Amino acid sequence: MNDRRTMVNRFALVAVMLSVGLAFLLAGRVQAQGPTPSQNITDDEVNAIAKQLYCPVCENIPLDVCSTQACAEWREQIRDLLAEGYTEAEIKQYFVDRYGDRVLATPPARGLNWLVYVLPPVAILAGVFILYRAFRAWSKNAPEPAAGQPEIRPEDDPYIRRIEEELRRRQKSDSV
Amino acid sequence: METVQPSEAAGQIEKNSSRPKWGRIVIWVVVLALLVIVGFTLLRNQRGPVQIGQAVPDFTLTTFSGEKVALQDLKGKVVVINFWASWCLPCEQEAADLEQAWRDYQPGGEVVFLGVNWSDTDKKALAYLERFGITYKNGPDLGTRISQAFRITGVPETYIVDQNGNLVDFKKGPFLSLADIKGRIEPLLAADKGSG
Repeated sequence: MNDRRTMVNRFALVAVMLSVGLAFLLAGRVQAQGPTPSQNITDDEVNAIAKQLYCPVCENIPLDVCSTQACAEWREQIRDLLAEGYTEAEIKQYFVDRYGDRVLATPPARGLNWLVYVLPPVAILAGVFILYRAFRAWSKNAPEPAAGQPEIRPEDDPYIRRIEEELRRRQKSDSV
Repeated sequence: METVQPSEAAGQIEKNSSRPKWGRIVIWVVVLALLVIVGFTLLRNQRGPVQIGQAVPDFTLTTFSGEKVALQDLKGKVVVINFWASWCLPCEQEAADLEQAWRDYQPGGEVVFLGVNWSDTDKKALAYLERFGITYKNGPDLGTRISQAFRITGVPETYIVDQNGNLVDFKKGPFLSLADIKGRIEPLLAADKGSG
């Protein structure tokens, strides 16, 4: 009887020790599980890409500052893609493929979009050219200083002479 | 003061007027071209959505399961094209009714429902479909090409296309009820039976 009880006790002790050991093993495994890949991506990393994209629905609102639920989901999409190893360029291309060119803060230079890049510098150059031509025309039309020109005396000018004659005649007739 | 002879002055004036002519022509051509582009773009943006009676734009929808559905292949059937998004609360109001209508019409094979998911993420879109038990074909509007072709103004919007590919009805906002949906489809089926 005592032998049997001793055997049972030993068996129970072994079972308990095995259970405890197994519990520690599992706990260690759970503790060893770190954060998911998405959780390793910081908000700054997400926003660095989000600010280069516009909300596909809201007008002219960058994705990093848009406060709608839909925008939050798109930022999470960026986070997931970063966690999967997508590069910034690949993520932007992903968004373009899904939502069109309009999601990009900087439109791609294709189709009519190239006008956005060509027109402003052309307009500035045209403006500079017009100003240059205008200043040049103004300086040409400015009267030149009369260097070496003989002074014209009033009595030599025929028109001034006629005006003075007319004035004298009127003075004479007024005095009469 | 140095005087300029009349003949010299005339020559100078003639030279001045002919020299920049080509430049002016180029500038005017560029300005006119820009005006044409701007005008064309404005006209296109002001067109508004597809009008009733018009042929709807052709498109191919790639479903979430990868299947390609071309609208032109559905000629001869009534097609209900529903634009939706998972973040769209009004879309939720009509989701169950749309699914029920699809289940009622599916056995007859005369009506096809297509869901076009607009500006959404796949994860949320698929969760939405599962939540409402939607079984008709749905796919993302890649590049927003389909929504731009229809010139939608938001979601939900539903376009009902007759058997000839013409738009016969459209609903901006959610359907009010299952009867609302069926009430727009039944006349088309009746007309088709009458003409057949």
